[in-house]
Amino acid sequence: MKKTGIIFLLISITIWILSLFLNQFKLTSEILHEVVKKEHYSLLEPELQNIRDKNFNEVFSFSTEIKSAVSRINNKLESEGKYNEKIFDNYELSLSKASGIGAVSKYPLLFFLLIFGLLITGSFLFILPERKNLPGIKNDGIFHHPATSVQWIGIILGTLLICFYILLYFFPHFITNWILIMDPLSKLMNGNPASQWFLYGFLYTIAVLVMGVRMWIKYRHSKYQLFRTCSVMFFQLTFAFLIPELLTKLNLPSADLKNMWPLDYSFFFDYRIDQKIQAGTLGIFMFVWGIILFTVGVPIMTYFFGKRWYCSWVCGCGGLAETLGDPFRQLSSKKLKAWEIERYLIHFVLVIAVVMTAGVIYTYLSGNSTIMGFLDTGTLRYYYGFAIGSIFSGVVGTGFYPLMGNRVWCRFGCPLAAYMGLIQRFKSRFRITTNGGQCISCGNCSTYCEQGIDVRWYAQRGQDIVRASCVGCGVCSSVCPRGVLNLENLSPATRKI
Amino acid sequence: MHIAIIGNGISGVTAARYLRKKTNDRITLISSESDHFFSRTALMYIYMGHMKYEHTKPYEDWFWEKNKLGLIRNEVISIDFENKKLKFKNSESLSYDKLILATGSKPNKFGWKGQNLNGVQGLYSYQDLEKLEEITPKIKTGVIVGGGLIGIELAEMLKSRGKNVIFLVRENSFWDNILPEAESKMINNHIKKHHIDLRLNTEFEEIIDDGNGNVKEIKIKNGEILPCEFVGLTVGVSPNIEFLKNTKLDTDIGILVDKYFQTNITDVFAIGDCVQHREPPAGRRNLEQIWYTGKIMGQTIAEILTGNKTSYNPGNFFNSAKFLDIEYQTYGQVPANPPENINSIFWKHQIEDKLVRINFEITSLKVTGVNTFGIRMRHDVWDKWLSEELTINQVLNSLTRANFDPEFFKKHETEIVEELRSQIS
Repeated sequence: MKKTGIIFLLISITIWILSLFLNQFKLTSEILHEVVKKEHYSLLEPELQNIRDKNFNEVFSFSTEIKSAVSRINNKLESEGKYNEKIFDNYELSLSKASGIGAVSKYPLLFFLLIFGLLITGSFLFILPERKNLPGIKNDGIFHHPATSVQWIGIILGTLLICFYILLYFFPHFITNWILIMDPLSKLMNGNPASQWFLYGFLYTIAVLVMGVRMWIKYRHSKYQLFRTCSVMFFQLTFAFLIPELLTKLNLPSADLKNMWPLDYSFFFDYRIDQKIQAGTLGIFMFVWGIILFTVGVPIMTYFFGKRWYCSWVCGCGGLAETLGDPFRQLSSKKLKAWEIERYLIHFVLVIAVVMTAGVIYTYLSGNSTIMGFLDTGTLRYYYGFAIGSIFSGVVGTGFYPLMGNRVWCRFGCPLAAYMGLIQRFKSRFRITTNGGQCISCGNCSTYCEQGIDVRWYAQRGQDIVRASCVGCGVCSSVCPRGVLNLENLSPATRKI
Repeated sequence: MHIAIIGNGISGVTAARYLRKKTNDRITLISSESDHFFSRTALMYIYMGHMKYEHTKPYEDWFWEKNKLGLIRNEVISIDFENKKLKFKNSESLSYDKLILATGSKPNKFGWKGQNLNGVQGLYSYQDLEKLEEITPKIKTGVIVGGGLIGIELAEMLKSRGKNVIFLVRENSFWDNILPEAESKMINNHIKKHHIDLRLNTEFEEIIDDGNGNVKEIKIKNGEILPCEFVGLTVGVSPNIEFLKNTKLDTDIGILVDKYFQTNITDVFAIGDCVQHREPPAGRRNLEQIWYTGKIMGQTIAEILTGNKTSYNPGNFFNSAKFLDIEYQTYGQVPANPPENINSIFWKHQIEDKLVRINFEITSLKVTGVNTFGIRMRHDVWDKWLSEELTINQVLNSLTRANFDPEFFKKHETEIVEELRSQIS
């Protein structure tokens, strides 16, 4: 059964990758009329003359032609000083999508059902036989297996994930066919054709749900793990996926109501504030809700339960890490050096996030595009989005799962985690207690800590573990063979540190 | 002053660390087993692929130099007690002013026929693990001899690598010299659930070779022959003191020490598994090979050598283990067969492998010990209850306070207390 599952998965992924090449493209003047904004039409039309009504067998050269046409136009506009007329629309994607005439464009639903049907069936065929094992911690062979110990399968997986994120963030037009495949579902859910973000949201959600089922089976002896996994699956499916799509369908501003600043770094960006203001009462509610969440919600909840209430129960990044990422949790570095880097890096990102946001708000309110005369808030915002939002949280954060563990972003980069970590460290009831002298220093706890905390260091001394980075996943407690560790909320005065 | 410590296990390393906290003396840790301290209790997890060797090291490699703890990887073959000198295998030597012997244990072998064949071994040292790893590809069936903690671990290890496992236990039931009948039976069933071929009341006669010095089969006392490629001998451990026998050092089964770990030779001390207490603390055996007692001995010797003459005091007995999927903890005294003045009452879950047993004195009602399986309990709470000699009723009234299970776990205290109360009356 497991083997059949792997075959299904491999077929699915092969078809999926092949589908990138299985389409033809032809740009017609009707498409140009339909897709391109009026003010851009006269600019683009002559530049795209050379590819008009020409058949392309793949999307790469087709979309590259469009992209270079747009940049030629922009260069020209820039040299003429017409900065305001520059084109920021992603025409290489929207025109490519509209120009598809091959198999993928004709039968997107077929491709969708084939790829994801095989993917999901294959995953379950692979996962479900684990039920035959008796309940209990079963980590057998993790460091012998080439997928979970940074050997060849792990390196291939990591490479594929990294490539996927680079395509998604920086070259979405190259995955036009994948986005086309999502059109039927997107239209059904929100009435619009799919964007790359719909594709991403869908993949993210099925990853959390399918791998969540794997978590149910693996940790079925632990109610804590079961409840926690159900929680992240619920929040991903509803708050992150269904509700935003539904809001779009109802022509309301789409929002992931569990996401919050500073993780949601664009929360205070002008277009998002404007969008909410325009939406009236609901929009205002969303804006106020977003502010209350991080100003009041975070301190109160983190005081009572530690940052786990968010990081390993609610958060989308955490949700993916705790499901798709669970097989890789043992790969986080436990070195003291890694902890030092972590403290500098994560707090640095928090500072940058605050400065960037302050700048953006200042610009929004005052209309000045620079603070103190030299810091351009637009540039700051752009580079934050590029370096932190795309590269760090996406490419590195998830792409490196099979190489550096499943919490690279949460541990080294997330500004919200940094903020909650400060509260958890200095003013919270949460801690991991150790059970007297029962620790045998075996190291299971440290090995399976996704955040790279050397749990054993504290456990063998009988100290409580109070660490800013602990996301309270509870796996140290689950893997401990001697029942030494327990996640508890008690008066901060009773901490043994 | 130079303090030399032979053995870098938990006792020796704890001694070194605590000495370093208190003195600037030169400290040297000597081991023939490994360059750095690792956790012996985790050897099984390396084999099962839960961890790699580096994960078993509680301190990173830079720790030792930073704390000025000298490390020597060499084997001491003899000690010149007169001139305070250690002689190494490679004929080098090392002088000391004070010597701490923390040489640990070795697996027991009782002179069976075939006990030294290839594929026959115990599991104690890192080298044992390497030997086992080397032979693993050849193993189809492994036979484990000896129904104790290492035996069940070795069975689990082989099972995790897809081997057939036959588990020979001499007694009527698994570990029944320590566990009361109900507990032992529960573990028997659990072992079988894991498809381990548990054979109780079974002793082996000899291990038979294939003519090339490798194990071919094992003959058990009823004459049955079990073909196998591996035999695990796990019939307990004994102090690793071969090189100290027939010297001036006073030894019996272990190195004889008083309650200050003083041997019969001045400036020579012994701690950990290799020790045999001349006057063991109340409720303790004279040989007690447990992780935490090694740790306490290490801490205590550091106190003693830095001028604070404290005697060995391990406190109320406690221990824990994991039998495949079942966690076990014990606090106080819960012998396999309770003495006459003790009432032993227990609750067992209808279906799951959960069990709680509490022993108390019939006349005074004073609680003397607890066994808990599948339910975690708090060490500090039980330790306090035992020290304060709470009665069974007081303990049952506040049993929930001892629960250490994770959040959302089903609590069984109501039924436990109900069941135990009904057994008292």
